Amino acid sequence: MFAPFMVNAWISASIVAVIAGVVGFFVVLRGAAFVADAVPQGAFAGAAGASLLGINTLIGLAVFALAGSLGIGWLSRRGRRDVATALILVMMLGLGALFLSFTVEYSSEIFSLLFGEVLGVSTNEILPIALLGIACILAIGVLYRPLLLSSLAPESAAARGIRLGWLEVAFLVIVGVAASMTLPVVGALLIFSLMIGPPAAARSLTSNPALAIGLSVVLALATVWIAIAAAFETNWPIGFFVGVGGGVCYAIGRVIAAVRGSRTRRAPAITIAAAAE
Amino acid sequence: MRWLFYPGFFSSSPVHVALVIGGISALVCGVVGTFTVQRGQSYAGHALADLSVTGGSASFLASISPLWGFAGMGVLAAGTMDMIGVRNQRGRDLATGIVRGAGLGLAALFLYWDTQRSSTTGASITILFGSMFTIGNGSIPLVAAFAVPALLIIGLLFRPLLLSSVSADLAAARGVRVRLAGLACLVAIALAVSLAAMTVGAILSTALLVGPAAIALKVTSTPGSATITAAAIGVAATWLGVLLAYDSFTWPPSHDGWPVSFFIVALIFVAFLVAQPIGRRRIRQVEG
Repeated sequence: MFAPFMVNAWISASIVAVIAGVVGFFVVLRGAAFVADAVPQGAFAGAAGASLLGINTLIGLAVFALAGSLGIGWLSRRGRRDVATALILVMMLGLGALFLSFTVEYSSEIFSLLFGEVLGVSTNEILPIALLGIACILAIGVLYRPLLLSSLAPESAAARGIRLGWLEVAFLVIVGVAASMTLPVVGALLIFSLMIGPPAAARSLTSNPALAIGLSVVLALATVWIAIAAAFETNWPIGFFVGVGGGVCYAIGRVIAAVRGSRTRRAPAITIAAAAE
Repeated sequence: MRWLFYPGFFSSSPVHVALVIGGISALVCGVVGTFTVQRGQSYAGHALADLSVTGGSASFLASISPLWGFAGMGVLAAGTMDMIGVRNQRGRDLATGIVRGAGLGLAALFLYWDTQRSSTTGASITILFGSMFTIGNGSIPLVAAFAVPALLIIGLLFRPLLLSSVSADLAAARGVRVRLAGLACLVAIALAVSLAAMTVGAILSTALLVGPAAIALKVTSTPGSATITAAAIGVAATWLGVLLAYDSFTWPPSHDGWPVSFFIVALIFVAFLVAQPIGRRRIRQVEG
């Protein structure tokens, strides 16, 4: 399990888990589950386009993830955000279907992009993944307080001079970068499991935002480590274990919150006071 | 007309099947979609479409018609989402995402077993992106069998659903069983997307559900006309998409045809962009 050929898998999956835990906390807080779901899935079409042009897959992923994030931000200014998200997503997937129809040999590669192929990560790929990951964490660090405040109390954030429109775009770009980076490892269809399962569980366990982020990273790490170990033992796709693991995290969080809530009659929630302190 | 209808379009049997099945799916999706969009359940619709992938891949394993897998898993997932039953939109989206993640995890496993057994990954591509031109004639009655219940649900519950979409409290005060109506609506969505999954593929069926309905709600002003317009736009986009896909067999690069799902989605997306300014102008006229 810890053989040399598995080392890349462990390193890259751990990086992915840390990013997903941190970025996912804000995804859950802002109720952006659909966006976090749509962007990586649409970005997968970019990978298909990149392989058609014969360029690095990561570039295709990044271009599509960014274009998708900005497109969702732009379209949702004039209407329902869920409709805008859905339509941008299907347009990207439609392009993906077109690109795929132009290539000849695709099936197994697509399967691994959709559902993840942790063993396929090469040493050359780890450095860009790590750099993009650090960029994401730094961006979240810089925007930490405005993001927190605008998620919890948009009016008061606007009153303090935070420009909500730009903040939203910046956040979507972070999600886009995080998505394109994590995609080759856990797969397009399951990144969002990692981005919302552990953070949602962490949120229902503590009301302190910093503690919740830490907890969400720990839970995400635990999920991927268990997933890799289980995938190695059974030879089943890692996406299965990540998806089910995210669901289990959420279920446990809900049960603990319910038990605690019935005892104290107060559901834990991150308060504005905690955000502004 | 030769440049528009490439020779053989009207006499080709696969084209007939594609037009009929695609048309029925688009019609049902348009009707159900109006409520999906109004209730803010686009994400649930998308998730149900993807979850029917799980059912589709399971039915490949069990060697039964994928349609049963699609619809069965869709209805099951609709029930699970309703059971988690979070009231506000954020929490509901979260629950939807979690159910979707777990379902897709299962799909990954089923597809893996499929490929183990048949040593080809072609099945997964067929399930995901649809194969309209390869549907057999025999599935037409089966498709109709799923379209009718979905339309019946919407037809019978049109008023209560409309009322509870606008205001759940008002509907409850009028004696509508809001929770039950919501579950029935989710089941109708599940049936509609499993149909569309057969035609444009599980992932792209979101386009038929959300797109025409969003356009119709922009350019019409009453619920009835929005529903009819959405169905009409969906059918028109699908038929035009089939026509273009048929014509594209002569296009570069491969002379192998462009995917029909690409054409349908692109048509809907462009129509949505065009409808934006029309909708805004209409609002301005109404306001004064």
